[in-house]
Amino acid sequence: MAPHGAITGVNGSLITVAFAAPVRRYEVAYALRDGLRLKAEVVRIRGDRADLQVFESTAGLRPGDPVEFTGELLSVELGPGLLGRIYDGLQNPLHELAEAGGVFLARGAYRPGLDPDQSWPFTPALRPGAVVEAGDTLGQVPEGRFAHAIMAPFDLAGRHRVCEIVAPGTYTLADTVAVVEGEDGVRRPLRLGFRWPIKRAIRLWRERLPPVEPLITGVRILDSLFPVALGGTFCMPGPFGSGKTVLQQLTSRHALVDIVIIAACGERAGEVVETLRDFPHRPDPQTGRALIERTIIVCNTSSMPIAAREASVYTAVTLGEYYRQMGLQVLLLADSTSRWAQALRERSGRLEEIPGEEAFPAYLESTIAEFYERAGRVRLRNGSIGTVTIGGTVSPAGGSFEEPVTQATLKAVGAFHALSRERSDARRFPAIDPLESWSRYRGIILPERRERVRRLLARAHEIAELMKVVGEEGTSLADFALHLKAEFFDAVFLQQNAYHPVDAATPRARSEAAFGLLQEILETELVPGSREEARDFFVDLRRRVLDWNLLPWSAPACVAGLAEIRARWRSRVEAAARTAPALRRALVETDLDSSCRRARRMRPEAPEDAVHADHADATAGEERAGEAPAADETLEEEPPKPTDEYDALDDR
Amino acid sequence: MRWTTDSIRRIAGNVIEVQARGVGYGELALVSSPGAAALAQIIRLDGDAVFLQVLGGTAGLSSGDSVRFLERALEAPFTPHLLGRVFDGKGEPRDGGPRLLEATVPVGGPPVNPVRRLKPSRMIRTAIPMIDLFNSLVESQKISIFTVAGEPYLELLARIALQADAEVIVLGGMGLRYDDYLFLRDTLESAGAAARTVAFVHTAADPVVECIAAPDLALAVAERFALAGRRVLVLLTDMTSFCDALKEVAIVMEQVPSNRGYPGDLYSQLAARYEKAVAFEGAGSVTLLSVTTLPGNDITHPVPDNTGYITEGQYYLQNGRIEPFGSLSRLKQHVNAATRADHRTLMDAMIRLYAGYQETLEKRAMGFALSPWDGKLMRYGTLFEARLMDLGVAMTLETALDLGWRILADCFAPAETGIGSELLADFWPREEAGRA
Repeated sequence: MAPHGAITGVNGSLITVAFAAPVRRYEVAYALRDGLRLKAEVVRIRGDRADLQVFESTAGLRPGDPVEFTGELLSVELGPGLLGRIYDGLQNPLHELAEAGGVFLARGAYRPGLDPDQSWPFTPALRPGAVVEAGDTLGQVPEGRFAHAIMAPFDLAGRHRVCEIVAPGTYTLADTVAVVEGEDGVRRPLRLGFRWPIKRAIRLWRERLPPVEPLITGVRILDSLFPVALGGTFCMPGPFGSGKTVLQQLTSRHALVDIVIIAACGERAGEVVETLRDFPHRPDPQTGRALIERTIIVCNTSSMPIAAREASVYTAVTLGEYYRQMGLQVLLLADSTSRWAQALRERSGRLEEIPGEEAFPAYLESTIAEFYERAGRVRLRNGSIGTVTIGGTVSPAGGSFEEPVTQATLKAVGAFHALSRERSDARRFPAIDPLESWSRYRGIILPERRERVRRLLARAHEIAELMKVVGEEGTSLADFALHLKAEFFDAVFLQQNAYHPVDAATPRARSEAAFGLLQEILETELVPGSREEARDFFVDLRRRVLDWNLLPWSAPACVAGLAEIRARWRSRVEAAARTAPALRRALVETDLDSSCRRARRMRPEAPEDAVHADHADATAGEERAGEAPAADETLEEEPPKPTDEYDALDDR
Repeated sequence: MRWTTDSIRRIAGNVIEVQARGVGYGELALVSSPGAAALAQIIRLDGDAVFLQVLGGTAGLSSGDSVRFLERALEAPFTPHLLGRVFDGKGEPRDGGPRLLEATVPVGGPPVNPVRRLKPSRMIRTAIPMIDLFNSLVESQKISIFTVAGEPYLELLARIALQADAEVIVLGGMGLRYDDYLFLRDTLESAGAAARTVAFVHTAADPVVECIAAPDLALAVAERFALAGRRVLVLLTDMTSFCDALKEVAIVMEQVPSNRGYPGDLYSQLAARYEKAVAFEGAGSVTLLSVTTLPGNDITHPVPDNTGYITEGQYYLQNGRIEPFGSLSRLKQHVNAATRADHRTLMDAMIRLYAGYQETLEKRAMGFALSPWDGKLMRYGTLFEARLMDLGVAMTLETALDLGWRILADCFAPAETGIGSELLADFWPREEAGRA
């Protein structure tokens, strides 16, 4: 019989239990009351008392109530049938709970994570006499578009000999499909699925590899400037309203991976509802099948019991590691890791641990680092390569990245996608700040090219800041042109319309092609004749590229369209070089260094004067920018000007 | 068995400690002093030490008072006679009417299974153009009015209560000044809206613990009405008082504070309330509109910060009007495509031009010269603020859209608005329509 204990104290979701037989940390126990069995987990042991966090409301529990220990660590079921499911943080399938319990999540209602009655056509891959170790493939079943490998349980210790294995046929999770015998002669029946504790990483691989393959998200600014790698980690901090969730939803739809696991951790239920009502009807852009078939949703929204929130991210990553063992590419998106950290803080407070910064526990950093370390690109024992990529949003308190969760996460990840309120207020989506973000991964664009563009954007940002003080009149023509170019690059490439069927996701080849042209535009020096003329030129070019962005990549006009834009740019540059021979065409980079130094040197003094002094060609008599918004707005609706008229303009 | 104990071991803040056995977490007790009785709720059990939060406050409690355990959790009255009634934060009548104890519902029930929620799809019309036209309120939405003390947020709340097309209004008042309570009561009564309203009001004079219970009672009742098929609008004011009450209790319980003294579970506490907003499959809905006063008008303060992460948008009430910038209804795109063909486009165009007006204002303040275009924007901005932003304006969405077109026509040439020619042909006011 299972060892029993008795409650001695209740404090929020935490209960204190007196026990007699030994208990394990993270062992599952059930508190019994009024015929309910409330699941709990041992989080601390002191003398003959254990502190357990209950994954349910503790209302009505009282001292003396019995507690049943199971001896098993908090575990999930692994096997065929995980894909397409919607689980809570403890792997209870929510649809089944709704069928059994109605509208509300009743206390103490649990359902198996995998349907025990569903039958699967199993094809064995081994014969009796074969020797297997934990994680070795016994056979396979089809699951959606994948051949789901049926593996020897991950806790199988040492080498085992296959004594029996079933013939091809249809089996349920309850059926024994093989019997193996260990070196000690103990026989063990194997089924299609098995259990694994969620807080223990699955490490059944030959070696861990560096994450060098880019993961294409379809978000241009990420794929080009701040790439994510298969098997890498990234985080996405941002204040509320900066578009974290929309960005994650986009990534979950378009990322080029095999399986996406969405861990909705302590966030709004409404957002999960959108995903779970949409995904069954939305086609997977890679295969055309329903997107839900490659997705697992683990959802523990903010009003669901907080203790299970902590478990939900581990549940999600364990499911990811399981599919990685089959050589698949898995992407885990956790929204939001701050809520998970808050669950830790709450528990820590109730345990009366000595608090760290902002009352987060001292082990916050190591816990976060340990979680992200479960990502990785690995070579399995059969030689195939599988990856788990982890991306987490962070909801920093007060929108400040100085807070402990953001800081702890920054140390643990390989790419940082900073969402900024400034950009979201300006409706520049995705609101990823191109100056603050970084990535240590190799993406589709060479790092030195990325760096050149980033420095140009930084310089343009300085110019824009300066312009706020001195106005356009106080800015040199060359600087003004760089400002326009950066704004143009931002509008046509960094920003993306999440709600447009084509623009929502950009394929790799298209991002590369567009980036190539836009980098050329950014880096080619162009000193315009006047501000008005330069503005008109870029307004027109912007509209052309924005229109081009909406053409499907597969359309024949698309490649031609890009060539046309390139031709237009080059003829404009050549025209400028002809009309003003003093202005040369060159990479800005060499010049940039000196202008950066100049900017630094002059910052302490009056900036306006320095700019004027340094750029003798600055035309003081330029018109103000008053008409700028009007020009922008009206142009949107004007028909495109015929090409030859423009060429005539250029050649004059 | 009902345990009774005759000695209180500790009284600190609103929390008392007694010795008892066989009582359950979260259950209620009655603390009886000579001539008075107060409800209390169990908030911690440690062996036979029982910690209770006294809803009526602990002033005047004696260590010799007796405590009787009721073996039930906090419940809200729920009967068909509830409409038109006003209760306090304990669920006791505040309006002199009878107590309604024959039927009750538990407070703080279990969360809704996400797979049984509906996607929001219906607009709630409030006849306030800054809401209906620019940031539509959506059934099942949770949204907060971000404002500062001194702003007319109660007037706004009362107007929404009167004008919104909801079947039942549930008002939760937390830390209200007594004259504010009277204002809300009288406004609802004089407009005849009392008959579809039920209120749970905690005033600043009441014990602080009741401030925590008031929104729970309101939401428990709202949930019941929604399950019975009604479309319910819950108004909660002021959530900052609610958070301050949480802080006070947490400090008394010697919990480690996390940020500016607020408890570490502030987010979860707020979310547990706000997430009661829901549209049920095959039944009614709960829409939640709250007021959050920003201490020091600081958006990064823990209360508005946590709220912003939970709610589906916010209305900024500043300088006596709802600001179009900063205000955001995250769900508006679910409803504003189906209202009228020009709704979205007009909304975008008007906001974009209003942003232009703001830039012009800045330019003027900086002393830069103004162009004729700036002149047009100035005229537009002034009209926009007077005709649409003023809190006194009440009109249907359609009237507001028409008015929007007339304001545009009064200030700009059609092409200057950046609106597509198709919509312009359909909606641009003709000459005889006159000036806005």
